[in-house]
Amino acid sequence: MRAELTFAEAVKEAIDYCMSQDDSVFAIGEGVPDPKAIFGTTLGLREKYGPDRVLDMPLSENALTGVCVGSALSGMRPILMHQRADFAFLSMDQIINNAAKWHYMFNGQANTPLVIRMVVGRGWGQGPQHSNSPQALFAHIPGLKVIMPTNPKDAKGMLISAIEDDGPVICIEHRWTHHIKGDVPEEPYREPLGKARIMREGKDITIASFSYMTIEAISLADAFKKEGINIEVIDMRSASPLDHDTVVESVRKTGHLAILDTSWTTCGISAELSARVSEKGFKYLKKPPLRIALPDIPTPTSPPLSETFYPTADVVGRKILEMLSIQRSEDWEKVLSELRGNGPFDVPYLNFKGPF
Amino acid sequence: MLSSKNDLIHHFCSMLRIRRVEEVLAERYPEGEMRCPMHLYIGQEAIAVGVCATLSGSDMVFSNHRAHGHYLAKGGNLNRMIAEIYCRSTGCCGGRGGSMHLIDLEVGFKGSTPIVGGTIPLAVGAALAAKMKGSDQVVVAFFGDGAFEEGVVHESLNFAALKNLPLIFVCENNGYSVYSNLEERQPKRPIAPIPKSHGWEIYIGDGNDIQAVVDISCEAISRARQGKGPQFLELETYRWSEHCGPNEDDHLGYRPPRELEKWKDKCPIKRTQKHLLDEGLISENKLVAIQETIESEIHKAFEFARLSPAPTPDTLFHFSNLEDTKCVPN
Repeated sequence: MRAELTFAEAVKEAIDYCMSQDDSVFAIGEGVPDPKAIFGTTLGLREKYGPDRVLDMPLSENALTGVCVGSALSGMRPILMHQRADFAFLSMDQIINNAAKWHYMFNGQANTPLVIRMVVGRGWGQGPQHSNSPQALFAHIPGLKVIMPTNPKDAKGMLISAIEDDGPVICIEHRWTHHIKGDVPEEPYREPLGKARIMREGKDITIASFSYMTIEAISLADAFKKEGINIEVIDMRSASPLDHDTVVESVRKTGHLAILDTSWTTCGISAELSARVSEKGFKYLKKPPLRIALPDIPTPTSPPLSETFYPTADVVGRKILEMLSIQRSEDWEKVLSELRGNGPFDVPYLNFKGPF
Repeated sequence: MLSSKNDLIHHFCSMLRIRRVEEVLAERYPEGEMRCPMHLYIGQEAIAVGVCATLSGSDMVFSNHRAHGHYLAKGGNLNRMIAEIYCRSTGCCGGRGGSMHLIDLEVGFKGSTPIVGGTIPLAVGAALAAKMKGSDQVVVAFFGDGAFEEGVVHESLNFAALKNLPLIFVCENNGYSVYSNLEERQPKRPIAPIPKSHGWEIYIGDGNDIQAVVDISCEAISRARQGKGPQFLELETYRWSEHCGPNEDDHLGYRPPRELEKWKDKCPIKRTQKHLLDEGLISENKLVAIQETIESEIHKAFEFARLSPAPTPDTLFHFSNLEDTKCVPN
């Protein structure tokens, strides 16, 4: 087995593989060929494939999304990328009205194979307009698939599947996953779009989590396991299609459900999952589903505010103890306090020095 | 470049055919069988015909909500267009689009949609793809003066010039967006110098003069095909009918008195017909024969549409992500 790859290296390996296999695949985005290479995810691609297939992009998100759709209608397979998901809001017309609807409204006569990567910022003062996590917005639109890989292996396998898919796929990557390392098979492989993955098995409660919240959920599950509480952690991996069946199956066993999300609570993807599981698995639920997502306010910049704004593993842990009617004790406080750590809380890892 | 006698007769037939198709659409619209919005092109036919006459079959066209003329001029199938407007399963979108969503990929008509400016970057993308693949295709985007107010158009102008794309933008300046006069929406300045400052070649012409449109298009399309970059045509014309629907709406008073009459005098079809007759390029008998052929084709197309079945509810989920599910409508 070769050395572990970071999430960012796994993304690059997926793009590189697809570009090597299919001349119609091209990469475009603001900063794609620059020295920082979208957090390292496009590093070296221009040298390998040339400027005609690895393109920088004017700051024209709407038109260039349309350009990608138009090229897709002529047989290309573009990968468009935004360093922040917030920038994609400038291109909602082209994503919703054209990319998502074209295949259906023209009766299946043309496809729009297109991957749009969007990075969710957090910490180091990303603030109100560099931190949006728009999975619910896009999952609401028929015709789009929305994926949110959280580990290097899924990043490579799901991105290859996305690039090979004949429809538009929104790939939401959390900035706090790019440095995470893991085993990634060297050979190409495909992970399904719209299928959750059970990360930890457990019988006491189910956590269904999206994107970075899966990282928090795994820390929590590992800490609680030592204390005799077995949490089943399901990484949803996709917001659309939404694999509620896997969650219903898990709840049949555990009777309890907590949903963790990286975006706002109201009309969020946690609301959709809660509704679907309640509709299909009401009889298995011993308590109402618990949703832990962001409060319905813009992201504040100042660390003391943002630390409270983002729920962390210890916050989730407290709510789960409450749900399971477990008395808080000094021992539990110690577990939760260790989960919290000493901070700083506005960085993905301790020696992170910004600015992104 | 002067068109040959046969070319001019051909252009005349194309314009007359589009005009008569739309006149029959307008006549029959009140029957209530065409259950979709409809934006008539009457008065502007010389632009679609003049531009498309100089394209080859594999060249591509994108269009907007007022698309009937562009579709037919590019060679789109008449039966399938009328059936689409009747929302039938035999329509060019199987009834999923209606008048505002036309497509005929066999003749390079890549699609029309009603979000103003929406297909313009798609045309840029198709031109980028043509260039990436090394093909000699060119791409045309038709749009109106209103689209020029959309940000996406200016973003597209910048990118197409940057990449030197084989692209032709055709701005049909008919002076109105719905009921809003151009003067209410844009400063008093011509449109074409703006793309010129991005590095586009520009052409300004009389959109009601078929010969002028053909001449401009020939030059623009040939330059685009030779790799000389994007070309912008601003052609002045006029919409005779209401913005949306089968009627005229001059009684609403949003246009100055006698403006419509003045433009009807400049009817591109009447002008061409007069020229053909005055110069002895066509006989009265030949003219009648042309009209009869067109009427018969149109009659058959409407019969085809009206006798075609509507799409059935079991096809609702076809071509969707739900295709494989067991979802059924309530």
